[in-house]
Amino acid sequence: MNKKLQALIGAGAMAVSAMAMSAAQAADTIKVGVLHSLSGTMAISETTLKDTVLMLVDDLNKSGGLLGKQVEAVVVDPASDWPLFAEKARELIEKDQVDVVFGCWTSVSRKSVLPVFEELNSMLFYPVQYEGEESSRNVFYTGAAPNQQAIPAVDYLMSEDGGSAERIVLLGTDYVYPRTTNKILRSYLNGKGIADADIMENYTPFGHSDWQSIVADVKAFASAGKKTAVVSTINGDANVPFYKELANQGIKAEDIPVVAFSVGEEELAGIDTAPLVGHLAAWNYFQSVEADANAAFIEKWHAFIGDEARVTNDPMEATYIGFNMWKQAVEQAGTTDVDAVRQAMYGQEVANLTGGTAVMNTNHHLSKPVLIGEVQDDGQFDIVWETEGTVIGDAWSDFLPESAKLTADWTYPWVCGNCEKPMY
Amino acid sequence: MRNDMFSVLRRSPFAMKKAAQYVVRFGAVVACLLMFAVVSPNVAQAFSDEELRNIAEQLNVKSATKKVAVIEKMAADGDPRVAAILKAMLEGDLYVRDSDEHVVIATKKGKVYTHIDIVSGEQAGESLSKELSKIKINNRLRGALRDALATLNLFSPDLTVRTAAVEQVMDARDPAMLPLLLRAIDREEDETLLARMELAQATMALAAGETTEERLSAIEVLASETTPQIRAVLSQFVASAEAEGFEPEVVSAAKDALASVEGRLSTWQTVGDVYRGISLGSVLLLAAVGLAITFGVMGVINMAHGEMIMIGAYTTFMVQQALAPFLPSGSAWSLIISVPVAFLVAGMVGVVIERCVIRFLYGRPLETLLATWGVSLVLQQAIRSIFGATNQQVTAPDFMSGAVEFSTGLVLTYNRLWIILFSVIVVAGIAAVLRYTAFGLQMRAVTQNRRMAGSVGIRTGYVDALTFGLGSGIAGIAGVALSQISNVSPNLGQTYIIDSFMVVVFGGVGNLWGTVLGAFSLGIVNKFLEPVAGAVLAKIFVLIALILFIQKRPKGLFALKGRAVEA
Repeated sequence: MNKKLQALIGAGAMAVSAMAMSAAQAADTIKVGVLHSLSGTMAISETTLKDTVLMLVDDLNKSGGLLGKQVEAVVVDPASDWPLFAEKARELIEKDQVDVVFGCWTSVSRKSVLPVFEELNSMLFYPVQYEGEESSRNVFYTGAAPNQQAIPAVDYLMSEDGGSAERIVLLGTDYVYPRTTNKILRSYLNGKGIADADIMENYTPFGHSDWQSIVADVKAFASAGKKTAVVSTINGDANVPFYKELANQGIKAEDIPVVAFSVGEEELAGIDTAPLVGHLAAWNYFQSVEADANAAFIEKWHAFIGDEARVTNDPMEATYIGFNMWKQAVEQAGTTDVDAVRQAMYGQEVANLTGGTAVMNTNHHLSKPVLIGEVQDDGQFDIVWETEGTVIGDAWSDFLPESAKLTADWTYPWVCGNCEKPMY
Repeated sequence: MRNDMFSVLRRSPFAMKKAAQYVVRFGAVVACLLMFAVVSPNVAQAFSDEELRNIAEQLNVKSATKKVAVIEKMAADGDPRVAAILKAMLEGDLYVRDSDEHVVIATKKGKVYTHIDIVSGEQAGESLSKELSKIKINNRLRGALRDALATLNLFSPDLTVRTAAVEQVMDARDPAMLPLLLRAIDREEDETLLARMELAQATMALAAGETTEERLSAIEVLASETTPQIRAVLSQFVASAEAEGFEPEVVSAAKDALASVEGRLSTWQTVGDVYRGISLGSVLLLAAVGLAITFGVMGVINMAHGEMIMIGAYTTFMVQQALAPFLPSGSAWSLIISVPVAFLVAGMVGVVIERCVIRFLYGRPLETLLATWGVSLVLQQAIRSIFGATNQQVTAPDFMSGAVEFSTGLVLTYNRLWIILFSVIVVAGIAAVLRYTAFGLQMRAVTQNRRMAGSVGIRTGYVDALTFGLGSGIAGIAGVALSQISNVSPNLGQTYIIDSFMVVVFGGVGNLWGTVLGAFSLGIVNKFLEPVAGAVLAKIFVLIALILFIQKRPKGLFALKGRAVEA
């Protein structure tokens, strides 16, 4: 108790002196902000990413730190409250003077902090797959853009191995990510010769728990004689009752496969997956990938979290790649100055966990491989399909007329996130 | 090439022999059909031991297309040993043994896999998982395996296996299976199954039929059925009929048949909507009935009610964890034991909250609301700190998994059926407690007139604490049920708190029957709106309708006559 009190007083004193004495003193450590919800609805997903950053920081310090300094993680809890994300981001940048922030999960939280990062010219690494249609000078997107997840997934569904689907059901939670993704998918499917009559679109509120009618509707839609597949952008807690209903209504994966973009190892941890074998997910990483880097990462994760049963997932890999890229860029730039690090980020290469190399492109998106996995009865995924090489993340979808003409490129002569012509 | 051969097949019976020549050259699939047609499947061991081993080893390739070809080749000879191999492959139990490259069926027990030789069917050694590599399958292979098994199983001596095979054939509607099916019809003796087989034949014959009579008779068979598959068959036929230039009488007969099938199906659709409405209503009822006591009877706006449900669900999880070593998987006991345990745990938490917080705030609804909201946040975060933010897995016992499926497309899932029954039992239990026990009598007395009850010697403080405990305990029981259909996560309660208040307010504060009626009517209205308006709009409409209703009848469906409400 006493020690804690001392530490507290010490921390307080340090904070005061740091504020009083200017940056020279504050720069004893390199500060990394962690902006993930530790309470509220999103805590289920985001807590893991907080732990991932802490593990990476811990690891970096053990191997001698960065630029000869120790790295210190500053963790805040925006509590799944979107406006609070913006406040906490400001607090991290202005008060704690962090050099970089790793954070956010939902698109709405990212949209909320975006103006703060742009105003204060700080740097955010965003580690989750998202709907695209954005490129900010101050954000690096290490999750998948739609062309790195959604498009390859429907290609697979329509391929012979995927079951040659001719009717597609788009199920999603009612917010910006599913709606934008489904808009892109609909336009892509139309281009592939699937008529609007063969596409069913349905949205449900966050945390929807009664899926009886919707699953029955899907069954009815699928009984029209054409091979049907479901593309699910259902997010968060609603997935468990959805999959339970699928299993209970006896929908088999070979009859109506469901491919999900927001369901990974972590989400399956709460479900008995035996009746779900064969349903699919599309990601850039699965825990089951057989690669040395992955095995080492999983071992390190289990040692750090102290629980052999904990799984790893795609956003964790995205965090891992983002963190290591930032580290390399800082080493290359020799400083943590945001503008210098940003310049050093372009073309930065990091070994990903699936045995390949991730490259940061000038549109602030990564080149990543795309994998499609089938759910197994142990809650893991069996990889059934993957892209030949890596796919470059596309900030602006080519399948929406209004965004196809936009380019994101933050190097000369473009220097722009959404332009039709170069700035210079 | 495949299609050519089938059209030959269909055109003339003499072509059968001709096709047989094709087969030798081209055909995995067709081989399957004809060999079955010629060789009785009872003539076993079509493969020699060596052949079977060799062909099974060909499954050890990466390409799904090649695997499908091998599967079809294996199924073609009607060897009874093949069915066991394909079944194992479908279930993911088929492996290649690294030591001798033999294909074996392996079942896991603990960490050890027991090998079964595919040729002899006898045990052939054990190993750890490292020494085996699984023959991977994907959805396409699962489909191919199921179809291959169905064709093999059409001749199974077991009636239930045959029945399942016929259903699979009917689902597949692959004209390639028709000759096989005809053979099976010749051999079939069971009347009911024969009718199903003839129906399956009709679905295929409609497209493959040669003459107007054949088509008309197929339509006649189909018109009397009421299943979504038949609707699909007919609507596809109608859509293609004009393009293919069928006779007008066939087209109009098909259209009439389609209309009558659709008419009957839409009736079943309505039945389905009502059922789903009742099911949603029963969930709402379970969630709300505890609140009907704390809010309805005591007038406490308890924002922590949802967290009592959550505590019940976590108790279920704990009980299941504690009992897991002693019970076989799928056992119902852990769930049954959870019911009283969850009642006690949540009830005790409820009593503590009442004694420590709420009793100081009676008559101050706004402060109660804020205080209990605070309690709910504390409880949520406490659970999050103890169990972690991730979902916990509560496994479903066997009797709650699966569904009763009607051929009309109506699916009644067992977990929902049991929850409907459970909610009825819980409500009956509460009604009995209120009506027949001394505690119930005291509770009603305190509700109706607190001061009068006090002055005749009822210890109103105790009654309050116990009433709150009862309401919370029932919420805990609801948590046991909800753990079967929802997430067991710290946010579980939040999902249901708004709905619970809606039900109680709509039903009429302080009235149990109002709550019952309110829950079921909200459930059914919601489920009828959902297919039309979508889940999001349906919720909004229900909320608006509720607001309008409350304007008209501020006290809900059944207003309680008593002084407590005005006081």
